[in-house]
Amino acid sequence: MSRLVRFAPLLILLLFVAVVAWRLLAPEDTKIRSRMTGRPVPAFVLAPATGGVSGLSSTDFATGQPRLVNVFASWCVPCIAEAPLLMEIKRRGIPINAIAVRDKPADVAEFLQSHGNPFDRIGADPESRVQIALGSSGVPETFIVDGQGVIRYQHMGPIEPGDVPLILREWEKAR
Amino acid sequence: MIAEAGLAALWLATALAALQLALAFGLGGEQGRQVAPIRAVAVGQGLLTILAFAALVAVFLRSDMSVLLVAENSHSQKPWIYKFAGAWGNHEGSMLLWVTVLAIAGAVVALFERRLDERTLSASLGAQAALALGFFAFLLIASNPFERLDPAPLDGRGLNPLLQDPGLAFHPPTLYLGYVGLSVAFSIAVGGLIRREVGPAIARAMRPWVLAAWIMLTLGITAGSYWAYYELGWGGWWFWDPVENASLMPWLAATALLHSVNVLAARGGLRAWTMMLALVAFSMSMVGTFLVRSGILTSVHAFAVDPTRGSFILVLLTLYIGGALTLLALRIADVKEGAPFNIVSREGGLVINNLLLSVILGVVFVGTLYPLIAEAVSGEKLSVGPPYFNSVASPVALALAALMLIGPQLRWRRDSAPILPRLAPGLLIAVVILVGSIILWPAIGILPRLGLVLGVGLLPASVMPLFGRSLRRTPLAVWGMVLAHLGVAVAILGMASDSAFTREKLAASRPGDTVSVGPWLVEFKQVMPAAGPNWTALEAELRASRGSGVTVLKPQSRFFPDPPTTTNEAAIDTSWNGQLYAVLGERDEQGRWQLRLWWKPFVTLIWLGGILIALGGALALLGRLFRERQQRRRVEEAYE
Amino acid sequence: MKRLALLLALAAAPLRADSDLPSASWANQQLPDQRQEAAAQALMEELRCLVCQGQSIADSDAELAGDMRALVRQRIAAGEKPDEVRDWLTDRYGDWVSYRPPVEPLTWPLWLAPLLMLAAGALLLRKRFRGRG
Repeated sequence: MSRLVRFAPLLILLLFVAVVAWRLLAPEDTKIRSRMTGRPVPAFVLAPATGGVSGLSSTDFATGQPRLVNVFASWCVPCIAEAPLLMEIKRRGIPINAIAVRDKPADVAEFLQSHGNPFDRIGADPESRVQIALGSSGVPETFIVDGQGVIRYQHMGPIEPGDVPLILREWEKAR
Repeated sequence: MIAEAGLAALWLATALAALQLALAFGLGGEQGRQVAPIRAVAVGQGLLTILAFAALVAVFLRSDMSVLLVAENSHSQKPWIYKFAGAWGNHEGSMLLWVTVLAIAGAVVALFERRLDERTLSASLGAQAALALGFFAFLLIASNPFERLDPAPLDGRGLNPLLQDPGLAFHPPTLYLGYVGLSVAFSIAVGGLIRREVGPAIARAMRPWVLAAWIMLTLGITAGSYWAYYELGWGGWWFWDPVENASLMPWLAATALLHSVNVLAARGGLRAWTMMLALVAFSMSMVGTFLVRSGILTSVHAFAVDPTRGSFILVLLTLYIGGALTLLALRIADVKEGAPFNIVSREGGLVINNLLLSVILGVVFVGTLYPLIAEAVSGEKLSVGPPYFNSVASPVALALAALMLIGPQLRWRRDSAPILPRLAPGLLIAVVILVGSIILWPAIGILPRLGLVLGVGLLPASVMPLFGRSLRRTPLAVWGMVLAHLGVAVAILGMASDSAFTREKLAASRPGDTVSVGPWLVEFKQVMPAAGPNWTALEAELRASRGSGVTVLKPQSRFFPDPPTTTNEAAIDTSWNGQLYAVLGERDEQGRWQLRLWWKPFVTLIWLGGILIALGGALALLGRLFRERQQRRRVEEAYE
Repeated sequence: MKRLALLLALAAAPLRADSDLPSASWANQQLPDQRQEAAAQALMEELRCLVCQGQSIADSDAELAGDMRALVRQRIAAGEKPDEVRDWLTDRYGDWVSYRPPVEPLTWPLWLAPLLMLAAGALLLRKRFRGRG
């Protein structure tokens, strides 16, 4: 039996070990990132999420000025933690729109009451349709959309204090 | 106290394993390499490990919350059977069970193996000790089951309710007997290669172990599949999940090994192939253990996601498999092959059998690892699931089934007799079914159709080897083969039928509504609360009928408080021609309940087939053991 | 003070990972056209749940899985082909969301594996057999 054939099983083992060792050293990032970054916001029209707010449409994004869009829900605990930071970002003059996923108007109203309302517009997405169209896979997530309506950045998970400079930088880049 | 005793027993067993390895390597010179002391040490190692495992079971049964493992995985309110099974329902405990089986296997070989040459046996026991040493070290250093918790909590966290099921008590120990039983084949192959003794004697020593391990793996996988089917409530029985694949790969290797070892034992052929398969089979067991415990692949089944432990096992794996494969590569040139054979012969058929099984094994291996490989190479994440495995493995499996129509009937070395008369019964029936199925059920897919055709064709074909023989004098091993092959036919029929004829119905119903699924009319009567020893539930009452008689089904939505989880308990009615499967879902805002109903014709054949396969193996094993005892008696009588 | 308020707010919040809303209407309802439902079901079994540990959206109880099932059914009912729906989703989430790997240069070894292995095996074994004479 030729040398190659005799040592082939050993070679397969070494390849297996190499691939597996790579994964052990660089653990998997289990988040599924959206593929929509770099592409225009998909067309959508959402009704207002609760009384006293405006609904959200894709046309609200191609206004010449970049905006944030925060995908959240009143039943989402990390969204509560993130709320003060969104207020901070709003205070710095960055416009934020929102999409309330699988939410009841009363619950959204209570959420805004308790944690403040940094949003210009809030659209209701009761069946996650727009969330899926954006390639978002959970709440909360924040997208930065530039003035031409192109998605430029996706932040997955709640915005933590350490993330704020990053968000500001990405927003500057989108201008 | 018990926990410390268990830990001490484990340390002692490790020391004995080291001693065993040293003796086999020649410590103590020629005297030391005598097999008798090595046998004694192996038995001691086995006994001590059993003690350690018994200690673990004891602390679980007593709900000793000062042991960390008990506190994290058990609860004093659990029924005792689940306290018992909870001992291995976690990473450390199941690893201890794994190692216990390894040590027991070594001890049994040490006690009873008389066929092998003494020096080969020493080398094999040395190999077994080497395996044990590494895994003992893993337990003691990285997965200590006896770690204490101070202060002890009042009660434990409870066992995952999905695991509180009789199927759990049965499934892992059975599988481990299988996985780890293959270690003996590995060790004997290593011993034989070291001593350059690769012949029929090695095969005969290996064979009962391969059979026994393979029977256990077959039962374990069958049980696991059935458990997932009735417990998880989605009506499926195999998902090609990485952990499922991790159990299938050793089975595929063991099946090929089983066939190959018979050729080596009976005809002296396929030496290199048999040694390779013996090494690959246990290697797959170790790879499977690694995949499941390292957390590198996402799975619903995986427990203990711990990269550190994963790295430890990876190092062990590399040393053991690398060492063995290097030994194989270096010694294989020395292995003298048996007489050559024609492709149309029993050997030829078995070689093609092994090739096809190896292809399926290779495909499952590549498919399971491909998401990892793709991401390492390109950074892209992708998923490889049932669509890939089903479309790629099924055709090869069906080719194997077609081969089985004639393979077992071929003669050794060269079969020049006309094939057609022996092929005819199976082939004719297959053709009839093919035509019939096209007429009756034109819409079913090609794979299920071929499954039906070959499954039915294999029924008479499996029995053909019995024709023309005196049935009373036919060895038990041949009956075993016939039964096992029948089992394959039955299982294929079940799989094909499930794939082709299952009917599903989703209905949002109110009490009083009637839903139809397949031939059944199911009346939804009511939803009532129910309670068990450690759960509460909502239970629906469904009355199903098709023609005469009414069957009552009571699916439940169960809630466990410790830890808080909700599960679906499916209600299944089994009749001669299939199963009616019902699951209760949520209630919507209009007060309608979500009901999910399946009619699955002949689905139970899948697991019945698995049991028949295992039974066939058991018959073959018994047959061989009896025959050997008879032969030994005759030899002894001849010497009197 | 802010931290205390935040902690209190978190403590008062319901600890749920799920919304209060019921499942989408088409998440658990079969399409009236049997062939469309069969096509939708086949596709749902091949799409991966984004928030689960390794399940298809057909088998998962997660809400997002239900919403994806509703999306699949509605699009197929509207006349889209299963491949188009799958492509729309992989457009957004990448190939990870499909259990059927794509056929592209990156996955050629995967799809060709069985043939390559059969060929390698046959090549290795050709010396084994004596002629048919």
